[in-house]
Amino acid sequence: MAMIDEPLYPIAILIDELKNEDIQLRLNSIRRLSTIARALGEERTRKELIPFLSENNDDDDEVLLAMAEELGVFIPYVGGVEYAHVLLPPLETLCTVEETCVRDKAVESLCRIGAQMKENDLVDWFVPLVKRLAAGEWFTARVSSCGLFHIAYSSAPDHLKTELRSIYGQLCQDDMPMVRRAAATNLGKFAATVEPSHLKTEIMSIFEDLTQDDQDSVRLLAVEGCAALGKLLEPQDCVTHILPVIVNFSQDKSWRVRYMVANQLYELCEAVGPEPTRADLVPAYVRLLRDNEAEVRIAAAGKVTKFCRILSPQLAIQHILPCVKELSSDSSQHVRSALASVIMGMAPVLGKDATIEQLLPIFLSLLKDEFPDVRLNIISKLDQVNQVIGIDLLSQSLLPAIVELAEDRHWRVRLAIIEYIPLLASQLGVGFFDDKLGALCMQWLEDKVFSIRDAAANNLKRLAEEFGPEWAMQHIIPQVLDKINNPHYLYRMTILHAISLLAPVMGADITCQKLLPVVIASSKDRVPNIKFNVAKVLQSLVPILDQSVVESTIRPCLVELSEDPDVDVRYFASQALQACDQVMMPS
Amino acid sequence: MNWNGAEDAGLPAASLPPPPPLEWKFSQVFGERTAGEEVQEVDIISAIEFDKSGDHLATGDRGGRVVLFERADVRDRGSRRDLERQDYSISRHPEFRYKTEFQSHEPEFDYLKSLEIEEKINKIRWCQTANGALFLLSTNDKTIKLWKVHEKKVKRISKMNMDDSQAIGNGSIASSSANSPRAYLPNGGCSERPYNHLSSDFLFPPGGFPSLHLPVVMCQETSLVARCRRIYAHAHDYHINSISNNSDGETFISADDLRINLWNLEISNQSFNIVDVKPANMEDLTEVITSAEFHPTHCNMLAYSSSKGSIRLIDLRQSALCDNHFKLFEEHEAPVPKSFFTEIIASISDIKFAKDGRHILSRDYMTLKLWDINMDSGPVATFQIHEYLRPKLCDLYENDSIFDKFECCLSGDGLRVATGSYNNLFRVFGCVPESTEATTLEASKNPMRRHVQNPARPARSLGSLTRVVRRGEATGVDANGNSYDFTTKLLHLAWHPTENSIACAAANSLYMYYA
Repeated sequence: MAMIDEPLYPIAILIDELKNEDIQLRLNSIRRLSTIARALGEERTRKELIPFLSENNDDDDEVLLAMAEELGVFIPYVGGVEYAHVLLPPLETLCTVEETCVRDKAVESLCRIGAQMKENDLVDWFVPLVKRLAAGEWFTARVSSCGLFHIAYSSAPDHLKTELRSIYGQLCQDDMPMVRRAAATNLGKFAATVEPSHLKTEIMSIFEDLTQDDQDSVRLLAVEGCAALGKLLEPQDCVTHILPVIVNFSQDKSWRVRYMVANQLYELCEAVGPEPTRADLVPAYVRLLRDNEAEVRIAAAGKVTKFCRILSPQLAIQHILPCVKELSSDSSQHVRSALASVIMGMAPVLGKDATIEQLLPIFLSLLKDEFPDVRLNIISKLDQVNQVIGIDLLSQSLLPAIVELAEDRHWRVRLAIIEYIPLLASQLGVGFFDDKLGALCMQWLEDKVFSIRDAAANNLKRLAEEFGPEWAMQHIIPQVLDKINNPHYLYRMTILHAISLLAPVMGADITCQKLLPVVIASSKDRVPNIKFNVAKVLQSLVPILDQSVVESTIRPCLVELSEDPDVDVRYFASQALQACDQVMMPS
Repeated sequence: MNWNGAEDAGLPAASLPPPPPLEWKFSQVFGERTAGEEVQEVDIISAIEFDKSGDHLATGDRGGRVVLFERADVRDRGSRRDLERQDYSISRHPEFRYKTEFQSHEPEFDYLKSLEIEEKINKIRWCQTANGALFLLSTNDKTIKLWKVHEKKVKRISKMNMDDSQAIGNGSIASSSANSPRAYLPNGGCSERPYNHLSSDFLFPPGGFPSLHLPVVMCQETSLVARCRRIYAHAHDYHINSISNNSDGETFISADDLRINLWNLEISNQSFNIVDVKPANMEDLTEVITSAEFHPTHCNMLAYSSSKGSIRLIDLRQSALCDNHFKLFEEHEAPVPKSFFTEIIASISDIKFAKDGRHILSRDYMTLKLWDINMDSGPVATFQIHEYLRPKLCDLYENDSIFDKFECCLSGDGLRVATGSYNNLFRVFGCVPESTEATTLEASKNPMRRHVQNPARPARSLGSLTRVVRRGEATGVDANGNSYDFTTKLLHLAWHPTENSIACAAANSLYMYYA
């Protein structure tokens, strides 16, 4: 109740608002907790602020989340590492709330603090906290505890280590699937801190229990454990303990587990090493590529290239390529689409001959796929294709696919292909582009869908940038300017938009000679929308053009427009006139 | 009732003699109607559900409200961890008291489809309890919501830094925003306030400022607060008829007429369609989904029923889209000659898994059927609910009563089943072989008033599937035609998970019975 000095008002309010009714204000105060702590000093932060936060933890999740985050970096404000333990109690309570993101953040902050704490402090404060949480009444506490063992374990004395291992074992057999899932997720991290002797015995038996869990959701998390544990084990142990599990998982009854195997396959191969991969994982992978469930095949197809890279070319050609061939005509478009996005990466692995002989037909059939996504995925990886098969072969098969996509019924597909055009142009070169794609680029300017017309205008600009003003002068400008007389005002508007985009690329001369007259002529259009767009375009041309041109051509036109009967035209004209004035100012 | 379900191998208690029939007694009523009081449409109960422990009961009504009741008989609760496992024993019959209520759904209007969306609660399902807070899912026709009900401390805050000295003179309760200069803020953009800006050269002394202090918070009492945590919307084109939690604790399903979607409880903006029975051409539509439920322990298994009287069991492990069932249960021979109504009354209105996960109970218009999931040739038992209505199907069709959706339930020990009927009657059957138990009760303070315990029933054995259970003809139908009052129907009821106690809804009243 003491009078507060005026300079302290902001902090006093910040402190008071920790308990304001408005959540935004509370959130703001929590976000600036460090300011409050500095204002209170280290000692009072330890003795007053931290206990205050511990007690007031039934706030909204957003506030709790912010609190969990701030406390993670709070060590400097409580007096340094030797006092770090005072931060544990509020975070411990945050570890028990039911909102997952708050718990995760609290665990993250605890790990961050624990990593800085001194060894004996960890034993005195952190280990008991982990044990308390692991014995928590509600599953939320037990879930959180799983993510803390790896911090607590390494500095604990032997008897505590034994205890921690056995507690972790119990968590892996908890009644609640949520707890077992958390234990499975964190097993790799924990195992990394456990001594090799215990790793092979206790941790492996815990792991084996998890791999046989009734709940699919637990088993599929154990798949990730395979890769993590495999990296910790000696190669021969890995082959005896982990490899059979992976092979089993690849034939699990649940497609979700098999999906995880397919998704993690590369990491799993890394874990078991090249030799067992060839012997045991190739058959497993081939099975996944031929799985009944499309989702599994999608995941497996997406890993084709990565997997082939660890194999020898013969193995890849002998075992994987036949499956790839099958997948290229898979009944699910998503499988084909996943395959299309990675298949070109196989080319360097297989070498030129095998690529032309085996891969090219697959590639061509995907390029003719009935689903646009598949074709788009191939086209988007064009640079890789180009390197392997050369431009001639490519352009023959590519063109029909592009033309078809360019006229696809779905405008999003057309949009996607337009976005690839500049890339294609740069890779295929001017010659090819002029013949085949030039007409298409003009055609899009008259698309029924605005987004396409808009993208088409942008595309022209990017092409002009790519091939230079001279080329654009020949191949773009005349065609574009021709269309200004389109009977439909929306198309005329597109042309105006294209002009405003092209002008900066083309430079002052061409703009002045070719583009400006067209714009000026359009100011006599009967549609007001065109007229105010003329005003906008003129405004955008002002910085490009010479001042004399602005004064002699643009200004009179704008003045005329500023007296137009339409209010919008007058508005934009006056805006543009102001822009002219601003340019004049410095002179 | 010391029969132990875990020893059961085939039929419930195949080797044991049937337990004696239960004697039902009235326990409680909530929202009882006084004579002549008219029932408000919005007050009619439309969903009843016990939580897993049986300590809480939730009802939903047509007005979109959810009312919670909690067990009032005091017991030694043991540790919470035990509660999570729900293994404890108690001696008295359960008694409940009103706990709280909240408005779960509001009427809405879908402008795109020009459709009114009723606020009526179609189903309630309890989720895993955490930190002493209750969680439940409630759904109307279109939108599912996750609710958290917990005790929140009511706080009084005093000793602010800025209050009585400088503030605007607002007593001592500083929880009001009076002393925060909110009025200066057009958009509540608090971080931009000049007020909070310290000049950059502001120096903090090493010991802090002694004049600053933290507000003092005092908690005197707590109050129950219900908060909507997640809204799972826009995933159903048709009306949601069921929701069901998975045993993995992280997912649940929602079923409408043609599709079943799978959700993660924590993710409200996406769901996966796992069953889709919509034909390419809607004119080919012959069958709709009427109810769906997850297996109580196998996370990969779920059952759904159809309007054609079949139950399909599907395995989520087999594929991502479960359009192919791995087991189909349907009655092969028609018990009576086919008529115009045969197909209508075959429609299953509700299915429930028994706690053991081995049996499924289904309710169609005229019967309750118990199925063993290891036997797809036909039901293990069939119970006739109101056979006296069979000659009146024509009337029932004309007033639409034939489309009433009655729910069914099983006792926690799996020995008995129950379902509702007209005239606020409900029936309890023993489903152990040789059991003759078939009780008719009325949802009133005197459940046995007009309904004497049924005399002996023909002994049933596993082989014969169709058996007419003779009900005491004198009990059901009053000569004065009272029985044709199809407006007093008992659609919703629930059996306590661990004890012989039934909660049932008669219009706006919740009746509870025990035995």
